[in-house]
Amino acid sequence: MTKYELLSGNEAIARGVYEAGVKVAAAYPGTPSTEILENVARYDRILSQWAPNEKVALEVAAGASIAGAKAFAAMKHVGLNVAADPLMTFSYTGVNGGMVLVSADDPAMHSSQNEQDNRYYGLIAKLPVLEPADSGEAKDFTLKAYEISEVFDTPVILRTTTRVNHSKSFVAINEPAEITVKDYKKDPGKYVMTPANAVGRHKAVEERRLALTEYAGQTELNRVEAGSGDFGDIGFITAGISYQYLKEIMPDASYLKLGLLWPLNENMILDFAAGVKQVIVVEELEPVLETQIRAMGVSCRGKDIIPRQGELSEETLRRALAGAGLPVWVTPEPAYVSEQKLPVRPPILCPGCSHRGMFYTLNAMELCVSGDIGCYALGSAAPFESIDTTICMGASVGGAFGMELARGDGFAEGCVAVIGDSTFFHSGITGLMDIVYNKGRSTVIVLDNSTTAMTGHQDNPGTGKDIKGEPAPLIDIEMLGASLGIRRVRTVDPFDLKACREALEEELAAPEVSLIVARRACALYSKLRDPACRVEEGDCVGCKACLKLGCPALSVSDGKAKVDALMCVGCGLCTQVCPKHAIRKAGGSHE
Amino acid sequence: MSDNTNVMIAGVGGQGTVLASKILGLAAMKAGMDVKQSEIHGMSQRGGSVVTHVRFGDKVHSPLVTKGSADVIMAFEELEGLRYLPYLKKTGLIIMNKQQMLPMPVIMGAAQYPVAPVEEIANLEAKEIAVDASGTGLALGDARTANVVLLGVLAAALPFPDEVWHESLRESLKPGLVEVNMKAFRAGQEAAMAM
Ligand code: SF4
Ligand code: SF4
Repeated sequence: MTKYELLSGNEAIARGVYEAGVKVAAAYPGTPSTEILENVARYDRILSQWAPNEKVALEVAAGASIAGAKAFAAMKHVGLNVAADPLMTFSYTGVNGGMVLVSADDPAMHSSQNEQDNRYYGLIAKLPVLEPADSGEAKDFTLKAYEISEVFDTPVILRTTTRVNHSKSFVAINEPAEITVKDYKKDPGKYVMTPANAVGRHKAVEERRLALTEYAGQTELNRVEAGSGDFGDIGFITAGISYQYLKEIMPDASYLKLGLLWPLNENMILDFAAGVKQVIVVEELEPVLETQIRAMGVSCRGKDIIPRQGELSEETLRRALAGAGLPVWVTPEPAYVSEQKLPVRPPILCPGCSHRGMFYTLNAMELCVSGDIGCYALGSAAPFESIDTTICMGASVGGAFGMELARGDGFAEGCVAVIGDSTFFHSGITGLMDIVYNKGRSTVIVLDNSTTAMTGHQDNPGTGKDIKGEPAPLIDIEMLGASLGIRRVRTVDPFDLKACREALEEELAAPEVSLIVARRACALYSKLRDPACRVEEGDCVGCKACLKLGCPALSVSDGKAKVDALMCVGCGLCTQVCPKHAIRKAGGSHE
Repeated sequence: MSDNTNVMIAGVGGQGTVLASKILGLAAMKAGMDVKQSEIHGMSQRGGSVVTHVRFGDKVHSPLVTKGSADVIMAFEELEGLRYLPYLKKTGLIIMNKQQMLPMPVIMGAAQYPVAPVEEIANLEAKEIAVDASGTGLALGDARTANVVLLGVLAAALPFPDEVWHESLRESLKPGLVEVNMKAFRAGQEAAMAM
């Protein structure tokens, strides 16, 4: 009897990678994809690694595949932008050992800066795109993707969305295939993409597209579920999580449930459309399927009724379908709504967070902050409100230099780039080279908490450990800065507010590039726990100066500050900001 | 929506809602049902408002509960209980942990914490069970078992045999924590019976 386990989509993909016989796997962490590689790394026989960024991860996987091993890479949607360069040409070379790439998209931006639809990458790179609708499919499709990869000589994109990555359902557990490595033969015509060779490979890509199109008409990845009763005439063409919502709403309608989203098989679509009275294409985000289906001459509904922005849900779809005249029961108004106005609860920096001291100082000094991606993006929220820009991984460094060029020295004296350690290794280093090489004077702060915190504490080239927790060479940020020719490199303790301010004042005034490394381990990860601070009530005047730290352990009620002793980890920042020295470290001293 | 049972677990990032929903999902699976459940990762874990959905029954498609259809809401924090109230069925059950955690806008003085959430819900037609789970946990020697105390309360409202719960607890917890959590679970069950 097959054994089943309740797994998340990410755990299921990892299981699929294991069962497929993958030998090499690489990723850069990013929600909602992170747990895939974390789980892959638990299988000892797979050589797993956190790469410094997605481009490197994909290049490692491409190399492993060309050398004959089955290979895997995972990233979030915006990570694929970073890896797009190797992707486009890896499509031309094709594979030797099978290669699958996960693109985990984040509609509704639960933990992202945009909600781009990466199914388009399949169309641009001419790579097959598979999309599972639950964990069971996530594992099955991963195995299928490796099959397609080797049969059609192509990398395969397995596209997921947050609701599939982060939902659990049943997964069949099977025996893993053996790891085999195919022969490697030098083959420049296939693997050296000089113009002359690439012309030939482009031809192969177009032939592959035709072969895959034919395959799309036969594969069980795409299935028709014939409807019955009154609604059998309504035909939904859908995929992924949207399929699940629709099945809750109209279980008896007809479905063309797509698992292979590109390329589409025209005959399959036309046949399905001919068998129903009305075709409705239901997909999250962009009309990727709909545009292609309309081009086949099928008249259908789609983005005229289905929202294009954010996630779909059972409720949104019920409303959309009812609005379009379908006999769908619309979710009634909720039975209960609180009569009170409820405050929001945004995420916050943890008690003892090593970023707090620096953001407090940046805010106090009223600096312009070119920001980046990570926990420290929370520095844009109250009470710090200190970040001016957040665009993408690494953008803080180049961005600050651009601001300096646009507005001159006077502006640069009040402007910093702020970037985390993992993000710096990901794509901050090249920006720093640019400032040095083009004689800029920007001040760059690396907030080094020695982990990739936001995604759940993954190791990186600066932590001294690899993905398995084994010791690894540690890349020294200060030495790296010095080797780029930066003369002003300094390290500060972000728990020392005076030192932070001094460092900033001096480096901003210096008419050359400076690198400040603010180093303290992430509070959550290091489990920092000193005895809680306490408030000397007699000395507290209720001025609320301490609240500017935005520490969740601090509050002021009835005119007196309070420290929540369960939450406080004794970082001591509040003892430094209280003008009355009313907050004391355990033991009684002022600091 | 079908005859599936819909449970939502609401709280503040870091309170242990994720573990609680994992144990519940596992229990439903062991009780022979189809299960789907949502998880939370990333940004909101840092002290933000979090909610997980667990759905089980004969056949479950969507992992998400819709408004007005939760059979049970388990709220680890009072404000979060009020926040997810629109998901509760008219005749549903809400299990409230008597604990208030001030969100940053309240700490900063930009907003007010709601007045007496437990009492507001008690006036509704839906059933409420309010317990001091952290207090109960603390009395057992570990305040972090509050989430399992609440699971014990929930267990009293669901038709799973005790063994199923015990197995799920054992499989989900570090060996050293099993015993105290078994006690916490029983304390929760007893609290529910007493209501
Ligand atoms: S800064 Fe000092 S005096 Fe002012 S409220 Fe806080 S503890 Fe009291
Ligand atoms: S209360 Fe003060 S010492 Fe405690 S964690 Fe917050 S800022 Fe640090």
